[in-house]
Amino acid sequence: MSLVRAENLTKTYRVGDIDVPAITGVNFSLEAASFVAFVGPSGSGKSTLLNMIGCLDHPSSGTLKVLDTDIATLDRRAAARFRGENIGFVFQDFNLIPVLTVFENVEYPLRMVQKWPAEKRRTQVLRMLEAVGMSDQADKRPDQISGGQKQRVAIARALVSQPKLVLADEPTANLDHDTAYRVLQLMKKMRDDFGTTFVFSTHDPKIMGEAETTFTLEDGRLDSDVQQEELGHA
Amino acid sequence: MLDVLAIASRNLLRYRRRTLLTLLLIVIGMIAVLLFIAVAGSFKSMMVDQITDSVLGHLQVHRKGYVASIDNLPLNLNMKPAMVAKTEEALKANPAVETWSPRVKFGGMYSNFAETTSIRVNGIDPAREAATVPLLQGRMVDGPKDGPLVEKGKIVIPLLLARGMKSKVGDTVVVVATNRDGSVNGKTFVVKGILESISGPGGRDGYIHIDDARELLRMTEAEVSEIAVRLKKFSLLERATGQIKTALEGLTNKEGKPVIEVHTWADLSPFSNLAKMIDLMTLFIKVVLVSIVLVSVMNVMIMAVFERIREIGTIAAIGTPPSRILSLFLAEGLMLGIVGTVAGTLLSLAAIVGINLWRPTFAFGQQQNLVMAPTIASGDVLTIAALVVVVAIIASLQPAWKASRMDPIHALRHV
Repeated sequence: MSLVRAENLTKTYRVGDIDVPAITGVNFSLEAASFVAFVGPSGSGKSTLLNMIGCLDHPSSGTLKVLDTDIATLDRRAAARFRGENIGFVFQDFNLIPVLTVFENVEYPLRMVQKWPAEKRRTQVLRMLEAVGMSDQADKRPDQISGGQKQRVAIARALVSQPKLVLADEPTANLDHDTAYRVLQLMKKMRDDFGTTFVFSTHDPKIMGEAETTFTLEDGRLDSDVQQEELGHA
Repeated sequence: MLDVLAIASRNLLRYRRRTLLTLLLIVIGMIAVLLFIAVAGSFKSMMVDQITDSVLGHLQVHRKGYVASIDNLPLNLNMKPAMVAKTEEALKANPAVETWSPRVKFGGMYSNFAETTSIRVNGIDPAREAATVPLLQGRMVDGPKDGPLVEKGKIVIPLLLARGMKSKVGDTVVVVATNRDGSVNGKTFVVKGILESISGPGGRDGYIHIDDARELLRMTEAEVSEIAVRLKKFSLLERATGQIKTALEGLTNKEGKPVIEVHTWADLSPFSNLAKMIDLMTLFIKVVLVSIVLVSVMNVMIMAVFERIREIGTIAAIGTPPSRILSLFLAEGLMLGIVGTVAGTLLSLAAIVGINLWRPTFAFGQQQNLVMAPTIASGDVLTIAALVVVVAIIASLQPAWKASRMDPIHALRHV
């Protein structure tokens, strides 16, 4: 069974009186524990696609099933619950909460979203910080650590609630090449260790090669060869 | 909830200066309101006590129509002995009534044998008067402060009259009065004491014994102009007045109309309007406080939401339920309200204690050196504190609601 499956997926935005297509008739499926990249130039629809997979946005037409749930059926509250339980997010700008320490940032989904008991929470957070190599920075605030470290913390936060899927929109865009490479290696390791599916978007050609499966988007359409190949495997 | 409060407190501390300024506004508002309530309330209470406990009593009973022409002190509207007896029966039967004092009031001429002036005189039973208006004797500025206020053949005169007529304690004076039939009578009195004048009706009256008053007015029976009534508790005023009115309704004239009327001190004293004005001003100050808290907290919360749009997008994206986002911002407003309330209350109470230690004096009308001794009821403090906290939460509602309804995609794109 596919973890994510899109059929004839379309997203159109209305700008004034004009309908602007962002995604047009896209079909793909993602398997569990895969390491997938959506690549393409700016404006190709990568972020829109990731937003829909992450239940942050609804398709205009077509079907998008994530973990066998048709995301078009989720209202605002249900979508938040679904995200909290099943999806982790890594953002381009790290988006750590500045008033919380590294430990508290990683703890946040367990504390404010899933309500884990304190002791279990602590064990899990320490495990994740250990996994991303940030145990020794646990008490620091986000403004006291480097960009690469922030992204490690963000990855730990995304994985802490043991989601089946982690979405990372341009996770390396604000990092130098070496750091970006190390972050991607960390994501791969996390995939290997926890069996989590990682889906990220990038327009950086040096990073694209790190993905095991790549979907190329251009003007809201998937590269047909890759699309055919993936659908053929599904 | 503790988690929410912990994060809310961190967010408030993030913008320390702004938070402190908002708290300062709340604290200043709290101090202004609580001090005003304490000072105005104690002034009002002091004046009401002065008026009720040294002149009017808590309520008064008159013959119907007497109060309408009270400035003339009409002798033809005195209560007849039968009316007085019935009234006293009703007062005796009412458990809220502590005591009462019958008075004969009249206007006359006061002469020191060299000069003559007008005087309003109360004929009283000294013991019953002292029980009904216990602060009356305390107004004595010259003369004995112990023993009965007056005896037969003695008169206690108001300070202004004593000054104007250069009368002293021990002087012999004459009081001349016209009785109900129009004949004039005079009687000599020895000045026993001089009373400090106070503002309000009866505050500049002289006092003689009730028997002397009846003799001077050549009354053939024990008439009474008014009966001043003291209740066991001031708070029983409205209820007791109603009960006494009901009890005396049966006392009617030949046409079947009631012959007795009952008035509270507030009906008889213009100070009650001042008291109402103080209540109105207190309400106005409360409205100002509500506005200060509403505007300052709403302003800080709107700014907080605006500055944290990306953060809101992040926590929404990672699955924080809208209700928890709402509670995060409401908690900030709640904490501003609580901290402002606690600080404001403590500083206000300290200021009230400080004023009581300082004991500043002020003048009101003829009364000098009144000591300002502000007090505040715990109920008032709790009401204002609850008001501030509730208004702070209400002020946070709109920004918090906006934050909870924010679209994560737009919020994450916000620069």
